[in-house]
Amino acid sequence: MDVMPKWADVILIPLISILLAAILSAFLLLSMGQNPWDAIVMMVEGSFGSSYSWGYTLYYTTNFIFTGLAVSVAFHARLFNIGGEGQAVLGGLGVALACLYVPWPHWTVAVLGSATAAALFGAAWAFIPAILQAKRGSHIVITTIMFNFIAAGLLNYLLNGPIKVPGSMELATAKFPEPTHLPTFEELFSFGETSLFRAAPANVTFFIAIAACFAVWWLIWHTRLGYEIRSLGHSETAAKYAGISPTKIIMVAMLISGALAGMMAINNVQGEAERLVLDNVAGAGFIGIAVALMGRNHPFGILLAALLFGFLYQGGGEIALWMSIPSEMIEVIQALIILFTGALDQLVRMPLERLFLSLRRAKT
Amino acid sequence: MTLMQKFLGASAALALTAGTAAADPAILFDLGGKFDKSFNESAYNGAERWAAETGGSYAEVEIQSDAQREQAIRRFAESGANPIVMAGFSWATPLAEVAADYPDTKFAIIDMVVDAPNVRSVVFNEHEGSYLVGMMAAMASETGTVSFVGGMDIPLIRKFACGFAQGAAAVNPDITVIANMTGTTPAAWNDPVKGSELTLAQISQGSDVVFAAAGGTGVGVLQTAADEDILSIGVDANQNYLHPGEVLTSMLKRVDNAVYDAMTAGADLETGFNVMSVANRGVGFAMDANNEPIVSYDMLEAAYGAAADMASGELSVHDYTSDESCPALDF
Repeated sequence: MDVMPKWADVILIPLISILLAAILSAFLLLSMGQNPWDAIVMMVEGSFGSSYSWGYTLYYTTNFIFTGLAVSVAFHARLFNIGGEGQAVLGGLGVALACLYVPWPHWTVAVLGSATAAALFGAAWAFIPAILQAKRGSHIVITTIMFNFIAAGLLNYLLNGPIKVPGSMELATAKFPEPTHLPTFEELFSFGETSLFRAAPANVTFFIAIAACFAVWWLIWHTRLGYEIRSLGHSETAAKYAGISPTKIIMVAMLISGALAGMMAINNVQGEAERLVLDNVAGAGFIGIAVALMGRNHPFGILLAALLFGFLYQGGGEIALWMSIPSEMIEVIQALIILFTGALDQLVRMPLERLFLSLRRAKT
Repeated sequence: MTLMQKFLGASAALALTAGTAAADPAILFDLGGKFDKSFNESAYNGAERWAAETGGSYAEVEIQSDAQREQAIRRFAESGANPIVMAGFSWATPLAEVAADYPDTKFAIIDMVVDAPNVRSVVFNEHEGSYLVGMMAAMASETGTVSFVGGMDIPLIRKFACGFAQGAAAVNPDITVIANMTGTTPAAWNDPVKGSELTLAQISQGSDVVFAAAGGTGVGVLQTAADEDILSIGVDANQNYLHPGEVLTSMLKRVDNAVYDAMTAGADLETGFNVMSVANRGVGFAMDANNEPIVSYDMLEAAYGAAADMASGELSVHDYTSDESCPALDF
């Protein structure tokens, strides 16, 4: 009993949510004596105005695609994995170890190795919460969020001693060796005189993220495993009756989810920083939740939502650079958008559903 | 006027304002935020002083995460800002990457050395200034125990602690110096509550003068010291005014001067290695009306004497970062 056409659910609701958040942000900017229109122009220019700004927007987008996909795969099994942050931290550790301690001959081989390491480490970090959920019923929300803190503590310990550069004041590993350098968009798309994406961090990982979107789409809707994951998500008892083992599906879904979150590290650790720093995930794991919710857990929706959040991140950074707004207010604006698109879905949905119902009644 | 025209007009206006902003200096603050009452605020004051004296304007940014560092430097360099001043050692790695891409832009970095032809690296002899306040602390102490609260546990902060302990030991060889660090992450620069707890713990161990070298965390240290009626010593900026009559002095690290000098030099900024020491008044201690009643003549005589000896080269203070060890203090 769909009260609304599909397009309204997928496009109209998110658009109205963003509009509401934008209006509220505009009032906020006005109250600080800033011109909201200037801010919007600055955000759009700063994230889509040149190949350079596209390079940044797509870099952030790549991060959010991975974490968004991670949340969505678990969500299809009705598991709310909010440990993307911690799994991405561990993924970063995997990438760093693979890049620092294995002598790779060429980036094509290195990226396979580091992707495997990232996925393994991320999956391993999701393993314990998953097995606690599957065997003991410990709630996945609680355990995954606690594992975020453990991951932060673990990385902090490692960067303060074992893998830190001795004598350095920074909490960071050494720079990765040259052969692990992933080609950036600048190197890929600049020919002769024309230099595109100059110095922007977007790199070949973007295409891995697109491939991951296809892979997740194939997995969820075109494989037996995907069917089992979705059945478990819709009804555990029905899934059991059909001979699907909930324990196995919970484990598999969470491991895939953790692996995807971990693979974000190919982009930010190997592609951008080329060394492991303490705060490398910078909230992308949590943004992934909003991205998945907004993208309705469909890879294509996630791709679009990730692009939107990439725009917000890059645009927000531009505002911080060129307008005298305290950095806390930028966070408030980003939070407003997450609040409206993620948490206040019903606020827009209920009146819209009523509107469509009355329209339909008027027709019949 | 269609929407598109409006849009183009607005972006043209933006491009124009961006044009006039060219060749203005820019300053990048570290994670503590520009109002940390300490290191970053000192840098901010230097920039403000430059703006007030010249009537010029400058671009600034407070970053939210490490990932934004390189982007911030690049954006300012692309916009034509010159010189670009960075406060904090964490800027060194991104700057080392970026500097070569903008050979016509001058950069200044405070607290770290970046070896590039268009970079001025400003480092401070914090151990010298800390030595001076260490002497004053030992002379002011009645219990024979003084203490140190550091921010993040890094060699730079150990350098402060080591200088402080050497100064204290110079006037009283039997003195006990307690040193604690707030944490091992950048969050330690901005944790006044933990700073307060550490101070209470040190007071219970007998300390009656506490020196905070901890950025925003130090605000909590100074507050607790004032509440518990012991003396405290501020850092970086002059913090004597925070609790008049209860802050013995502040170890000055003239970050503001470094920023002011760099901005005044403008595009002609002289690059290279720049050491700010007691000799060139880059570090020292603060005297003003707030602490005049509690600093004795003997303390001033001893401190000024040691400062003169440092300037003439007669007295050399051990620098922790030179060999990562301290003769006067175990960490």
